[in-house]
Amino acid sequence: MLMNRTKGDEEEYWNSSKFKAFTFDDEDDELSQLKESKRAVNSLRDFVDDEDDDDLERVSWSGEPVGSISWSIKETAGNSGSSQEGREQLKSRNSFSTYAQLPKPASTYSLSSFFRGRTRPGSFQSLSDALSDVPPKSYAPELGRPKGEYRDYSNDWSPSDTVRRLRKGKVCSLERFRSLQDKLQLLEEAVSMHDGNVITAVLIFLKRTLSKEILFRELEVRQVALRHLIHFLKEIGDQKLLLDLFRFLDRTEELALSHYREHLTIQDPEKRKEFLKTCIGLPFSAEDSAHIQDHYTLLERQIIIEANDRHLESAGQTEIFRKHPRKASILNMPLVTTLFYSCFYHYTEAEGTFSSPVNLKKTFKIPDKQYVLTALAARAKLRAWHDVDALFTTKNWLGYTKKRAPIGFHRVVEILHKNSAPVQILQEYVNLVEDVDTKLNLATKFKCHDVVIDTCRDLKDRQQLLAYRSKVDKGSAEEEKIDAILNSSQIRWKN
Amino acid sequence: MAFPHRPDAPELPDFSMLKRLARDQLIYLLEQLPGKKDLFIEADLMSPLDRIANVSILKQHEVDKLYKVENKPALSSNEQLCFLVRPRIKNMRYVASLVNADKLAGRTRKYKVIFSPQKFHACEMVLEEEGVFGDVSCDEWAFSLLPLDVDLLSMELPEFFRDYFLEGDQRWINTVAQALHLLSTLYGPFPNCYGIGRCSKMSYELWRKLEEEEDGETKGRRPEIGHIFLLDRDVDFVTALCSQVVYEGLVDDTFRIKCGSVDFGPEVTSSDRSLKVLLNAEDKVFSEIRNEHFSNVFGFLSQKARNLQAQYDRRRGMDIKQMKNFVSQELKGLKQEHRLLSVHIGACESIMKKKTKQDFQELIKTEHALLEGFNIRESTSYIEEHIDRQVSGWPGLLGTVCHGLIPKDYRSLKTQYLQSYGPEHLLTFSNLRRAGLLTEQAPGDTLTAVESKVSKLVTDKAAGKITDAFSSLAKKSNFRALSKKLNLIPRVDGEYDLKVPRDMAYVFSGAYVPLSCRLIEQVLERRSWQGLDEVVRLLNCGELAFTDMTKEDKASSESLRLILVVFLGGCTFSEISALRFLGREKGYRFIFLTTAVTNSARLMEAMSEVKA
Repeated sequence: MLMNRTKGDEEEYWNSSKFKAFTFDDEDDELSQLKESKRAVNSLRDFVDDEDDDDLERVSWSGEPVGSISWSIKETAGNSGSSQEGREQLKSRNSFSTYAQLPKPASTYSLSSFFRGRTRPGSFQSLSDALSDVPPKSYAPELGRPKGEYRDYSNDWSPSDTVRRLRKGKVCSLERFRSLQDKLQLLEEAVSMHDGNVITAVLIFLKRTLSKEILFRELEVRQVALRHLIHFLKEIGDQKLLLDLFRFLDRTEELALSHYREHLTIQDPEKRKEFLKTCIGLPFSAEDSAHIQDHYTLLERQIIIEANDRHLESAGQTEIFRKHPRKASILNMPLVTTLFYSCFYHYTEAEGTFSSPVNLKKTFKIPDKQYVLTALAARAKLRAWHDVDALFTTKNWLGYTKKRAPIGFHRVVEILHKNSAPVQILQEYVNLVEDVDTKLNLATKFKCHDVVIDTCRDLKDRQQLLAYRSKVDKGSAEEEKIDAILNSSQIRWKN
Repeated sequence: MAFPHRPDAPELPDFSMLKRLARDQLIYLLEQLPGKKDLFIEADLMSPLDRIANVSILKQHEVDKLYKVENKPALSSNEQLCFLVRPRIKNMRYVASLVNADKLAGRTRKYKVIFSPQKFHACEMVLEEEGVFGDVSCDEWAFSLLPLDVDLLSMELPEFFRDYFLEGDQRWINTVAQALHLLSTLYGPFPNCYGIGRCSKMSYELWRKLEEEEDGETKGRRPEIGHIFLLDRDVDFVTALCSQVVYEGLVDDTFRIKCGSVDFGPEVTSSDRSLKVLLNAEDKVFSEIRNEHFSNVFGFLSQKARNLQAQYDRRRGMDIKQMKNFVSQELKGLKQEHRLLSVHIGACESIMKKKTKQDFQELIKTEHALLEGFNIRESTSYIEEHIDRQVSGWPGLLGTVCHGLIPKDYRSLKTQYLQSYGPEHLLTFSNLRRAGLLTEQAPGDTLTAVESKVSKLVTDKAAGKITDAFSSLAKKSNFRALSKKLNLIPRVDGEYDLKVPRDMAYVFSGAYVPLSCRLIEQVLERRSWQGLDEVVRLLNCGELAFTDMTKEDKASSESLRLILVVFLGGCTFSEISALRFLGREKGYRFIFLTTAVTNSARLMEAMSEVKA
């Protein structure tokens, strides 16, 4: 609809009726249907709500149902040690069914039934009673003995036995695998069993008992094990060995990315900036090198802007900061956010200052479209309609002014509407939309009556105008205007 | 509305047994640490735990206070501390720091760590390195199957996706194999097994090994579930990345369903508090609309509202006795229905508002265009514009273009993204590429030959469109060819009636049949992968599609119409709805086992290095 499709094929596609059955744009019908149902339901509320609400679940302030474990943890965190009694009271209300069930189910799946009539703790129905048709051993294997009790001092387990024991979580000494051949056989056995936990266990042993070079060399030809080692090193945060490994494997890009990743752990902006500086020379792809450079420059700028603006704001002399106090620091924000900020607080600054929008645009080569979108959103938010106007006004060589929008005026209208621009302003831009259907749609959607009426008149579309008449308020100026046009003898209606 | 099951549809097995089992195991483990103790629970385990136990059960087993595991010193003064955690390195460091702080203070306590669903050797290594091995006793709580609904089992392991599909770590394969083993001991052996993908194959092999080791236990049992189908998420990323339009999927995309329940904020409840609502088959209103295309939901709800109104109106003109009957017998049901209706009407309203704001209609159109292979350039620029405006946090859109972008578009998309969301997402892009979620065409890609061969194989007469699509789209992924071969884009004459769906495509407004579901349908029809060689090859799964059938024929005809589908890496509500539809058409019933319920936003977030 808004995308100006041209090719015949696509026309046919979009005009085919199969997607017209339902649209999210078409608020009118669906929503009014919904509202009607809502009214019907609400009208019953009086009758319903005076009744006891015993099957309404109890929800605490945080929205967690009282008696749920999540709720109880918040309670402990909130008032550790105090008002124990009150809490106990609340908790004593809990039962299985108070948990968020809406409504209380009379279901065969209710768990409470298993506990009914069994008040003494510890006297729960045993599993084998409940499920007598199932052999008890099968669903609770080894439950009787904690796994830690299995200790194994035997030295004679074969690689496959060892690996199987490891899989079962049993403690198992690997010390007897001393020759490289034995170690590798063990690793291969683990890989062939597919259990990543066991592969990692063997790798931990190999890492401890083999030199780095030998370990790396052997893993280079064992990709599955190699991936496990890389993931393990990432998880335990052994950055040094990880970088060594990437270096050994000659994976330069991963090396660079891995190093760059560390910056996420540095909170202090100055230190982070310095760290980013060390990333600039790393062997990224050409494309990523540029991004890294930009990242450094952006943070450098943000630090300057932040220091300056914090000072301005606390001094209380600058109107814009007094009227619109900053909600958060600009540090570590994305570029678009920074540009928005700059368009909001520093719009009129000369290109020479670091905080001016134009400077940002140049430094980071922000495309026109992006710039206009962001500036528009920022100025509309401040309701600076004059700036908005200037954004789209161009002069040609004869000195005539013309309105032009790199993003299309339909987008301009939508953004203005989102920032609750008044109808007069909206109207002006709706009128600039070229495609008549789009214009009519937008005008209808945003209630720009004049545009709708004039467009219908220009289209000589009497039926549509009549239909629109029913949508405007009775006795309003719009209705009068429509009537005047409908009664006019000058127009040759097409329908 | 709300299609009934065929009368011959089989009954579902009772999965509530799994909850009892998990709870009894937990109680047993708590009793291993006799006496009063404080319990520290990892945040990710709280909701699953809530579904099987509650505070009073914990209290009965001498749990005193409950804490959340977070990076703060423990305030607990108890002599015994118990930690219920996922097997993660950071949890081990946390426990170790508590123990070491106690040691420094000259304090002795008992510590127990319960790993769920299993312990990892790397965790024990950390305990050893930190010098607390032996001070802490370790146990495993094999709670890996949570029934979220009568036909949906979740392992609640969202990290499975990243661990396996991004990092290539096979640590959860044993967990999957154990879970399948548990199912076969409880519900009998599976006579027919199918699968596709490397992870599926490995899980299957390990599971078989487990069965051999403990053989005899399932022998002689009658199978309750006739088929099992294992599927890797990377066989079909596309479906998981599409915006959802069936009600349950849309609720998930909009409000995020967590562990089978959703928090509806004040904008839904039209009051000042939010409401936590369990969404499952027991919600009589929800169960009738969950699988419906969103456009049908309004009509259904308003019909319900009118009926309800009429029922209430009946009380006018009742005499005392009738009124008494009404109040004692019908009122409660009506009230429940009334509450449910208000909740879902509120949710619909809120969805409409949000989606209208987001230009959802345009987004859907763009997605459909991408799926059909029209206008890739234009769609890409639409996506860029969306990124510009910072409207959609982590748009699944970005992923929808996963069929392979030409380098210029890829660069431009990436630049726009980094500018809008932050330069550190450089790492995200690297991850997306590694996982195969976003690909750039290599210059002179050699797969072209394969594709032209494919287009020759496609017997369809109207092959004009497909050549177009080929020239404009991906050289790397074979989605186009698969789509043609499996007829994923239905040809529709006239309007696709979403009220009376004719195929699984209804879950995407009639525009696309989910690839994953189509594969399952095809294999079930053939009872094997026979005749699907080309499809399997296009999926790059040459060696990774398998069929395994047992000879002994003890399976009842009813059990042969029960199918367990295992999604490794997550499944979406749209896929669930599509298969429920297929089941109704064919007289099957599907049971879903997933590592976690997912959607496009979750898949994308899993690729990010930046913690929210």
